[in-house]
Amino acid sequence: MERTTIDIWVGAFVAVGFAALLILALKVGNIGGEGQRDAYKVEARFDNIGGLKVRAPVKAAGVVVGRVQEMHFDSDRYQASVTLALDKRFPFPKDTTASILTSGLLGEVYIGLDAGGDDKKLENGDRIAITQSAVVLERLIGQFLFSKAQEEPAKEPAKEPAKAPAKK
Amino acid sequence: MIARLRGQFAQLGHGFIDGLWRMGSMTRFFVLVLSSSGTSFQRMRLIRREIYFTGVLSFVIIAVSGLFVGMVLGLQGYETLQRYGATESIGMLVALSLVRELGPVVSALLFASRAGSAITAEIGLMKATEQLTAMDMMAVSPMARVVAPRFWAGVISMPLLAAIFSAMGVFGGYLVGVVLIGVDAGAFWSQMQAAVDVRYDVLNGVIKSIVFGIAVCVIATFEGFDAPPTAEGVSGATTRTVVSSALTILALDLVLTAFMLRADD
Repeated sequence: MERTTIDIWVGAFVAVGFAALLILALKVGNIGGEGQRDAYKVEARFDNIGGLKVRAPVKAAGVVVGRVQEMHFDSDRYQASVTLALDKRFPFPKDTTASILTSGLLGEVYIGLDAGGDDKKLENGDRIAITQSAVVLERLIGQFLFSKAQEEPAKEPAKEPAKAPAKK
Repeated sequence: MIARLRGQFAQLGHGFIDGLWRMGSMTRFFVLVLSSSGTSFQRMRLIRREIYFTGVLSFVIIAVSGLFVGMVLGLQGYETLQRYGATESIGMLVALSLVRELGPVVSALLFASRAGSAITAEIGLMKATEQLTAMDMMAVSPMARVVAPRFWAGVISMPLLAAIFSAMGVFGGYLVGVVLIGVDAGAFWSQMQAAVDVRYDVLNGVIKSIVFGIAVCVIATFEGFDAPPTAEGVSGATTRTVVSSALTILALDLVLTAFMLRADD
Protein backbone atom coordinates (compact mmCIF):
# COMPACT_ATOMS: atom_id res chain seq x y z
CA MET A 1 0.00 0.00 0.00
CA GLU A 2 2.58 2.52 1.10
CA ARG A 3 4.95 1.38 -1.61
CA THR A 4 2.47 2.05 -4.38
CA THR A 5 1.61 5.52 -3.08
CA ILE A 6 5.31 6.40 -3.04
CA ASP A 7 5.61 5.03 -6.57
CA ILE A 8 2.66 7.13 -7.71
CA TRP A 9 4.09 10.28 -6.18
CA VAL A 10 7.52 9.65 -7.68
CA GLY A 11 5.94 8.97 -11.04
CA ALA A 12 3.96 12.20 -10.84
CA PHE A 13 7.07 14.11 -9.79
CA VAL A 14 9.16 12.76 -12.66
CA ALA A 15 6.33 13.47 -15.09
CA VAL A 16 6.00 17.05 -13.85
CA GLY A 17 9.78 17.50 -14.04
CA PHE A 18 9.94 16.33 -17.63
CA ALA A 19 6.89 18.40 -18.48
CA ALA A 20 8.72 21.44 -17.11
CA LEU A 21 11.76 20.59 -19.25
CA LEU A 22 9.48 20.20 -22.25
CA ILE A 23 7.86 23.57 -21.55
CA LEU A 24 11.29 25.17 -21.31
CA ALA A 25 12.30 23.61 -24.61
CA LEU A 26 9.08 24.22 -26.55
CA LYS A 27 7.39 27.27 -25.10
CA VAL A 28 10.40 29.19 -23.84
CA GLY A 29 13.11 27.99 -26.19
CA ASN A 30 11.03 27.40 -29.33
CA ILE A 31 12.89 24.28 -30.36
CA GLY A 32 13.26 23.21 -33.98
CA GLY A 33 11.27 26.06 -35.48
CA GLU A 34 13.71 27.09 -38.12
CA GLY A 35 17.01 25.80 -39.34
CA GLN A 36 17.92 22.23 -38.53
CA ARG A 37 15.28 20.10 -40.19
CA ASP A 38 13.96 21.51 -43.44
CA ALA A 39 16.49 24.08 -44.40
CA TYR A 40 18.46 24.88 -47.51
CA LYS A 41 21.82 26.52 -47.27
CA VAL A 42 22.75 29.63 -49.19
CA GLU A 43 26.04 31.43 -49.17
CA ALA A 44 26.50 35.19 -49.23
CA ARG A 45 29.71 37.20 -49.33
CA PHE A 46 29.96 40.52 -47.58
CA ASP A 47 32.71 43.13 -47.49
CA ASN A 48 31.94 43.73 -43.84
CA ILE A 49 29.58 41.84 -41.58
CA GLY A 50 29.77 44.27 -38.67
CA GLY A 51 28.43 42.71 -35.46
CA LEU A 52 26.74 39.73 -37.10
CA LYS A 53 26.72 36.57 -34.98
CA VAL A 54 26.12 32.92 -35.66
CA ARG A 55 22.42 32.09 -35.09
CA ALA A 56 21.41 35.66 -35.91
CA PRO A 57 18.01 35.73 -37.62
CA VAL A 58 17.53 36.09 -41.37
CA LYS A 59 14.44 38.14 -42.05
CA ALA A 60 12.39 38.84 -45.11
CA ALA A 61 9.85 41.61 -44.79
CA GLY A 62 10.49 41.52 -41.06
CA VAL A 63 9.58 37.83 -40.68
CA VAL A 64 12.24 35.36 -39.57
CA VAL A 65 12.82 32.90 -42.41
CA GLY A 66 16.14 31.40 -41.34
CA ARG A 67 19.28 31.68 -39.28
CA VAL A 68 22.93 32.47 -39.87
CA GLN A 69 24.56 29.08 -39.67
CA GLU A 70 28.24 29.67 -40.16
CA MET A 71 30.59 32.45 -41.12
CA HIS A 72 34.27 32.64 -41.90
CA PHE A 73 36.81 34.86 -43.58
CA ASP A 74 37.52 34.01 -47.19
CA SER A 75 41.22 34.73 -47.57
CA ASP A 76 41.14 34.50 -51.37
CA ARG A 77 38.70 37.31 -51.78
CA TYR A 78 39.28 39.08 -48.47
CA GLN A 79 35.60 38.97 -47.79
CA ALA A 80 33.39 37.41 -45.17
CA SER A 81 31.56 34.32 -46.30
CA VAL A 82 28.29 33.74 -44.46
CA THR A 83 26.20 30.59 -44.74
CA LEU A 84 22.49 31.09 -44.23
CA ALA A 85 20.11 28.25 -43.38
CA LEU A 86 16.75 29.21 -44.84
CA ASP A 87 13.47 27.47 -44.20
CA LYS A 88 12.38 25.21 -47.07
CA ARG A 89 8.88 26.66 -46.88
CA PHE A 90 10.17 30.00 -48.14
CA PRO A 91 11.81 29.82 -51.56
CA PHE A 92 13.50 32.99 -52.81
CA PRO A 93 14.32 34.09 -56.37
CA LYS A 94 17.89 33.84 -57.57
CA ASP A 95 18.49 37.59 -57.65
CA THR A 96 17.58 38.15 -54.00
CA THR A 97 19.54 40.86 -52.20
CA ALA A 98 21.01 40.20 -48.77
CA SER A 99 21.88 43.13 -46.55
CA ILE A 100 23.12 43.35 -43.00
CA LEU A 101 20.80 45.47 -40.91
CA THR A 102 20.34 46.44 -37.30
CA SER A 103 16.97 46.47 -35.59
CA GLY A 104 16.71 49.81 -33.89
CA LEU A 105 19.70 51.82 -32.83
CA LEU A 106 21.13 49.32 -30.36
CA GLY A 107 19.22 46.22 -31.39
CA GLU A 108 20.41 42.91 -32.71
CA VAL A 109 22.13 42.60 -36.07
CA TYR A 110 20.28 40.51 -38.63
CA ILE A 111 20.33 39.77 -42.35
CA GLY A 112 17.49 41.19 -44.39
CA LEU A 113 16.50 39.53 -47.66
CA ASP A 114 14.83 41.52 -50.44
CA ALA A 115 13.34 39.28 -53.08
CA GLY A 116 14.13 39.99 -56.72
CA GLY A 117 12.14 39.20 -59.83
CA ASP A 118 13.90 36.13 -61.19
CA ASP A 119 11.79 33.07 -62.04
CA LYS A 120 14.47 30.68 -60.86
CA LYS A 121 14.63 29.98 -57.17
CA LEU A 122 17.65 29.73 -54.89
CA GLU A 123 18.74 26.14 -54.39
CA ASN A 124 20.77 24.46 -51.67
CA GLY A 125 24.40 25.57 -52.07
CA ASP A 126 23.66 28.63 -54.20
CA ARG A 127 25.20 31.99 -53.60
CA ILE A 128 23.43 35.30 -53.19
CA ALA A 129 25.24 37.60 -55.61
CA ILE A 130 23.99 40.99 -54.53
CA THR A 131 24.89 41.89 -50.99
CA GLN A 132 25.05 45.01 -48.93
CA SER A 133 27.53 45.28 -46.09
CA ALA A 134 26.96 46.40 -42.58
CA VAL A 135 27.07 50.09 -41.85
CA VAL A 136 30.01 50.85 -39.61
CA LEU A 137 29.34 53.92 -37.54
CA GLU A 138 32.97 55.05 -37.42
CA ARG A 139 33.24 54.92 -41.21
CA LEU A 140 30.01 56.78 -41.59
CA ILE A 141 31.28 59.52 -39.29
CA GLY A 142 34.62 59.46 -41.09
CA GLN A 143 32.95 59.93 -44.46
CA PHE A 144 30.85 62.71 -43.08
CA LEU A 145 33.87 64.53 -41.65
CA PHE A 146 35.80 63.95 -44.86
CA SER A 147 33.09 65.44 -47.01
CA LYS A 148 32.77 68.35 -44.59
CA ALA A 149 36.50 68.94 -44.77
CA GLN A 150 36.32 68.96 -48.53
CA GLU A 151 33.61 71.54 -48.45
CA GLU A 152 35.49 73.76 -46.03
CA PRO A 153 38.40 75.01 -48.23
CA ALA A 154 35.93 76.52 -50.64
CA LYS A 155 34.35 78.57 -47.90
CA GLU A 156 37.38 79.24 -45.80
CA PRO A 157 39.21 81.77 -47.98
CA ALA A 158 36.09 83.82 -47.95
CA LYS A 159 35.64 83.51 -44.22
CA GLU A 160 39.21 84.04 -43.10
CA PRO A 161 39.80 87.51 -44.45
CA ALA A 162 36.46 88.57 -43.11
CA LYS A 163 37.38 87.41 -39.63
CA ALA A 164 40.97 88.58 -39.66
CA PRO A 165 40.25 92.28 -40.00
CA ALA A 166 37.64 92.07 -37.30
CA LYS A 167 40.23 90.78 -34.83
CA LYS A 168 42.66 93.52 -35.64
CA MET B 1 57.01 36.57 19.59
CA ILE B 2 58.63 33.91 17.43
CA ALA B 3 56.86 31.21 19.35
CA ARG B 4 53.52 32.88 18.68
CA LEU B 5 54.34 33.21 14.99
CA ARG B 6 55.33 29.58 14.91
CA GLY B 7 52.06 28.65 16.53
CA GLN B 8 50.10 30.57 13.95
CA PHE B 9 52.00 28.97 11.08
CA ALA B 10 51.42 25.59 12.63
CA GLN B 11 47.70 26.35 12.84
CA LEU B 12 47.65 27.39 9.20
CA GLY B 13 49.49 24.27 8.18
CA HIS B 14 47.22 22.10 10.26
CA GLY B 15 44.14 23.65 8.70
CA PHE B 16 45.54 23.21 5.21
CA ILE B 17 46.52 19.59 5.74
CA ASP B 18 43.17 18.89 7.34
CA GLY B 19 41.31 20.43 4.43
CA LEU B 20 43.41 18.50 1.95
CA TRP B 21 42.82 15.31 3.86
CA ARG B 22 39.08 15.87 3.87
CA MET B 23 39.07 16.59 0.15
CA GLY B 24 41.00 13.41 -0.49
CA SER B 25 38.71 11.30 1.61
CA MET B 26 35.69 12.92 -0.02
CA THR B 27 37.04 12.00 -3.44
CA ARG B 28 37.63 8.44 -2.29
CA PHE B 29 34.14 8.41 -0.85
CA PHE B 30 32.75 9.62 -4.20
CA VAL B 31 34.55 6.83 -6.06
CA LEU B 32 33.27 4.33 -3.50
CA VAL B 33 29.70 5.55 -3.99
CA LEU B 34 30.04 5.23 -7.76
CA SER B 35 31.53 1.76 -7.55
CA SER B 36 28.83 0.51 -5.20
CA SER B 37 25.91 2.06 -7.06
CA GLY B 38 25.55 -0.92 -9.41
CA THR B 39 23.73 -2.93 -6.78
CA SER B 40 21.44 -0.05 -5.90
CA PHE B 41 20.42 0.33 -9.54
CA GLN B 42 19.36 -3.29 -9.47
CA ARG B 43 17.06 -2.39 -6.59
CA MET B 44 15.31 0.62 -8.08
CA ARG B 45 12.76 0.53 -5.25
CA LEU B 46 15.36 2.03 -2.91
CA ILE B 47 16.12 4.85 -5.30
CA ARG B 48 12.42 5.47 -5.91
CA ARG B 49 11.84 5.71 -2.18
CA GLU B 50 14.63 8.26 -1.85
CA ILE B 51 13.38 10.26 -4.83
CA TYR B 52 10.14 10.51 -2.92
CA PHE B 53 11.94 11.99 0.09
CA THR B 54 14.36 14.28 -1.71
CA GLY B 55 12.43 15.16 -4.86
CA VAL B 56 8.72 14.93 -4.25
CA LEU B 57 8.85 16.51 -0.81
CA SER B 58 11.01 19.36 -2.15
CA PHE B 59 8.52 20.01 -4.92
CA VAL B 60 6.36 22.51 -3.08
CA ILE B 61 9.21 24.70 -1.81
CA ILE B 62 10.86 24.68 -5.23
CA ALA B 63 7.67 25.45 -7.15
CA VAL B 64 6.58 28.24 -4.81
CA SER B 65 10.03 29.85 -4.67
CA GLY B 66 10.29 29.64 -8.45
CA LEU B 67 6.97 31.40 -8.82
CA PHE B 68 8.00 34.17 -6.43
CA VAL B 69 11.45 34.61 -7.96
CA GLY B 70 9.89 34.87 -11.39
CA MET B 71 7.39 37.45 -10.16
CA VAL B 72 10.10 39.54 -8.52
CA LEU B 73 12.20 39.35 -11.68
CA GLY B 74 9.20 40.53 -13.64
CA LEU B 75 8.62 43.51 -11.35
CA GLN B 76 12.26 44.52 -11.10
CA GLY B 77 12.90 43.96 -14.78
CA TYR B 78 9.90 46.05 -15.73
CA GLU B 79 11.08 48.86 -13.48
CA THR B 80 14.44 49.06 -15.28
CA LEU B 81 13.34 48.21 -18.82
CA GLN B 82 10.65 50.86 -18.64
CA ARG B 83 13.35 53.54 -18.69
CA TYR B 84 14.57 52.36 -22.07
CA GLY B 85 11.13 51.74 -23.46
CA ALA B 86 11.90 48.06 -23.86
CA THR B 87 9.25 46.56 -21.62
CA GLU B 88 8.49 43.84 -24.20
CA SER B 89 11.93 42.37 -23.49
CA ILE B 90 10.75 41.42 -20.02
CA GLY B 91 9.98 37.89 -21.16
CA MET B 92 13.48 37.53 -22.50
CA LEU B 93 15.00 38.90 -19.29
CA VAL B 94 12.99 36.64 -17.02
CA ALA B 95 13.49 33.51 -19.11
CA LEU B 96 17.21 33.96 -19.74
CA SER B 97 18.10 34.77 -16.15
CA LEU B 98 16.03 31.86 -14.87
CA VAL B 99 17.12 29.24 -17.36
CA ARG B 100 20.78 30.16 -17.31
CA GLU B 101 21.45 31.11 -13.70
CA LEU B 102 18.70 31.41 -11.16
CA GLY B 103 16.91 28.16 -11.93
CA PRO B 104 19.89 25.85 -11.39
CA VAL B 105 21.55 27.92 -8.64
CA VAL B 106 18.60 28.85 -6.43
CA SER B 107 16.98 25.45 -6.72
CA ALA B 108 20.32 23.84 -5.84
CA LEU B 109 20.63 26.09 -2.78
CA LEU B 110 17.11 25.23 -1.71
CA PHE B 111 17.73 21.58 -2.44
CA ALA B 112 20.89 21.63 -0.32
CA SER B 113 19.10 23.13 2.64
CA ARG B 114 15.90 21.11 2.27
CA ALA B 115 17.12 17.68 1.15
CA GLY B 116 20.90 17.79 1.68
CA SER B 117 20.64 18.60 5.36
CA ALA B 118 18.03 15.84 5.79
CA ILE B 119 20.32 13.31 4.12
CA THR B 120 23.23 14.31 6.36
CA ALA B 121 21.14 14.16 9.52
CA GLU B 122 19.67 10.80 8.57
CA ILE B 123 22.97 9.13 7.73
CA GLY B 124 24.68 10.79 10.71
CA LEU B 125 22.01 9.50 13.09
CA MET B 126 22.23 6.05 11.52
CA LYS B 127 25.92 6.15 12.27
CA ALA B 128 25.43 7.51 15.79
CA THR B 129 22.92 4.75 16.61
CA GLU B 130 25.31 2.20 15.06
CA GLN B 131 22.86 1.09 12.39
CA LEU B 132 25.56 1.35 9.76
CA THR B 133 27.88 -0.85 11.79
CA ALA B 134 25.07 -3.34 12.28
CA MET B 135 24.54 -3.46 8.52
CA ASP B 136 28.21 -4.05 8.01
CA MET B 137 28.06 -6.91 10.48
CA MET B 138 25.23 -8.47 8.49
CA ALA B 139 27.36 -8.22 5.34
CA VAL B 140 25.06 -5.54 3.94
CA SER B 141 27.17 -2.77 2.49
CA PRO B 142 25.94 0.53 3.93
CA MET B 143 27.42 2.20 0.86
CA ALA B 144 25.16 0.29 -1.50
CA ARG B 145 22.15 0.12 0.81
CA VAL B 146 22.12 3.63 2.35
CA VAL B 147 24.46 6.04 0.60
CA ALA B 148 24.24 5.20 -3.10
CA PRO B 149 20.40 5.31 -3.37
CA ARG B 150 20.34 8.70 -1.67
CA PHE B 151 23.09 9.97 -3.91
CA TRP B 152 21.43 8.87 -7.12
CA ALA B 153 18.01 10.00 -6.01
CA GLY B 154 19.42 13.49 -5.48
CA VAL B 155 21.27 13.49 -8.79
CA ILE B 156 18.07 12.44 -10.59
CA SER B 157 15.81 14.87 -8.74
CA MET B 158 18.00 17.95 -9.04
CA PRO B 159 17.63 18.69 -12.80
CA LEU B 160 13.91 18.01 -12.61
CA LEU B 161 13.55 20.39 -9.68
CA ALA B 162 15.59 23.05 -11.49
CA ALA B 163 13.39 22.68 -14.57
CA ILE B 164 10.27 23.00 -12.42
CA PHE B 165 11.77 26.07 -10.77
CA SER B 166 12.51 27.73 -14.12
CA ALA B 167 9.13 26.87 -15.60
CA MET B 168 7.32 28.20 -12.55
CA GLY B 169 9.51 31.30 -12.65
CA VAL B 170 8.63 31.97 -16.28
CA PHE B 171 4.99 31.54 -15.36
CA GLY B 172 5.47 34.00 -12.48
CA GLY B 173 7.10 36.48 -14.84
CA TYR B 174 4.17 36.01 -17.20
CA LEU B 175 1.72 36.65 -14.37
CA VAL B 176 3.40 39.90 -13.36
CA GLY B 177 4.44 41.10 -16.82
CA VAL B 178 1.40 40.26 -18.89
CA VAL B 179 -1.50 39.81 -16.49
CA LEU B 180 -0.63 42.42 -13.90
CA ILE B 181 1.30 45.11 -15.78
CA GLY B 182 -0.15 44.52 -19.21
CA VAL B 183 2.83 43.89 -21.49
CA ASP B 184 1.66 42.43 -24.78
CA ALA B 185 1.52 38.65 -24.47
CA GLY B 186 2.65 38.04 -28.05
CA ALA B 187 5.75 40.20 -27.67
CA PHE B 188 6.45 38.61 -24.27
CA TRP B 189 6.60 35.10 -25.71
CA SER B 190 8.15 35.91 -29.06
CA GLN B 191 11.03 37.91 -27.60
CA MET B 192 11.62 35.09 -25.15
CA GLN B 193 11.57 32.46 -27.86
CA ALA B 194 13.88 34.48 -30.08
CA ALA B 195 16.44 34.89 -27.29
CA VAL B 196 16.42 31.51 -25.53
CA ASP B 197 18.31 28.84 -27.38
CA VAL B 198 17.55 25.26 -26.47
CA ARG B 199 21.07 23.99 -26.78
CA TYR B 200 23.00 26.91 -25.37
CA ASP B 201 20.62 28.04 -22.66
CA VAL B 202 18.24 25.26 -21.65
CA LEU B 203 20.67 22.38 -22.03
CA ASN B 204 23.47 24.25 -20.29
CA GLY B 205 21.10 24.95 -17.41
CA VAL B 206 20.31 21.24 -17.18
CA ILE B 207 24.03 20.39 -17.21
CA LYS B 208 24.60 22.91 -14.44
CA SER B 209 21.84 21.45 -12.30
CA ILE B 210 23.17 17.92 -12.78
CA VAL B 211 26.63 19.05 -11.66
CA PHE B 212 25.13 20.86 -8.65
CA GLY B 213 23.09 17.77 -7.81
CA ILE B 214 26.23 15.61 -7.81
CA ALA B 215 28.11 18.15 -5.67
CA VAL B 216 25.34 18.59 -3.11
CA CYS B 217 24.71 14.86 -2.80
CA VAL B 218 28.40 13.99 -2.41
CA ILE B 219 28.79 16.63 0.29
CA ALA B 220 25.58 15.65 2.09
CA THR B 221 26.27 11.92 2.13
CA PHE B 222 29.94 12.39 2.98
CA GLU B 223 29.23 14.74 5.88
CA GLY B 224 26.65 12.30 7.23
CA PHE B 225 28.98 9.36 6.87
CA ASP B 226 31.88 11.29 8.36
CA ALA B 227 29.96 12.85 11.26
CA PRO B 228 31.19 12.16 14.80
CA PRO B 229 28.64 9.74 16.28
CA THR B 230 27.26 12.19 18.81
CA ALA B 231 24.30 14.55 18.85
CA GLU B 232 26.69 17.47 18.62
CA GLY B 233 28.60 15.87 15.78
CA VAL B 234 25.45 15.27 13.72
CA SER B 235 24.26 18.84 14.19
CA GLY B 236 27.70 20.16 13.20
CA ALA B 237 27.73 17.93 10.12
CA THR B 238 24.30 19.19 9.08
CA THR B 239 25.46 22.78 9.35
CA ARG B 240 28.60 22.00 7.38
CA THR B 241 26.54 20.37 4.65
CA VAL B 242 24.48 23.49 4.09
CA VAL B 243 27.42 25.89 4.29
CA SER B 244 29.84 24.00 2.11
CA SER B 245 27.11 23.02 -0.38
CA ALA B 246 26.18 26.66 -0.82
CA LEU B 247 29.79 27.73 -1.30
CA THR B 248 30.48 24.83 -3.67
CA ILE B 249 27.38 25.58 -5.73
CA LEU B 250 28.31 29.23 -6.15
CA ALA B 251 31.95 28.50 -6.96
CA LEU B 252 31.03 25.76 -9.43
CA ASP B 253 28.51 28.10 -11.00
CA LEU B 254 31.23 30.62 -11.74
CA VAL B 255 33.46 27.98 -13.29
CA LEU B 256 30.67 26.42 -15.35
CA THR B 257 29.40 29.79 -16.55
CA ALA B 258 32.89 30.80 -17.63
CA PHE B 259 33.24 27.59 -19.64
CA MET B 260 29.78 27.80 -21.15
CA LEU B 261 30.03 31.42 -22.20
CA ARG B 262 33.35 30.78 -23.85
CA ALA B 263 31.92 27.81 -25.69
CA ASP B 264 29.00 29.97 -26.76
CA ASP B 265 30.86 32.53 -28.80
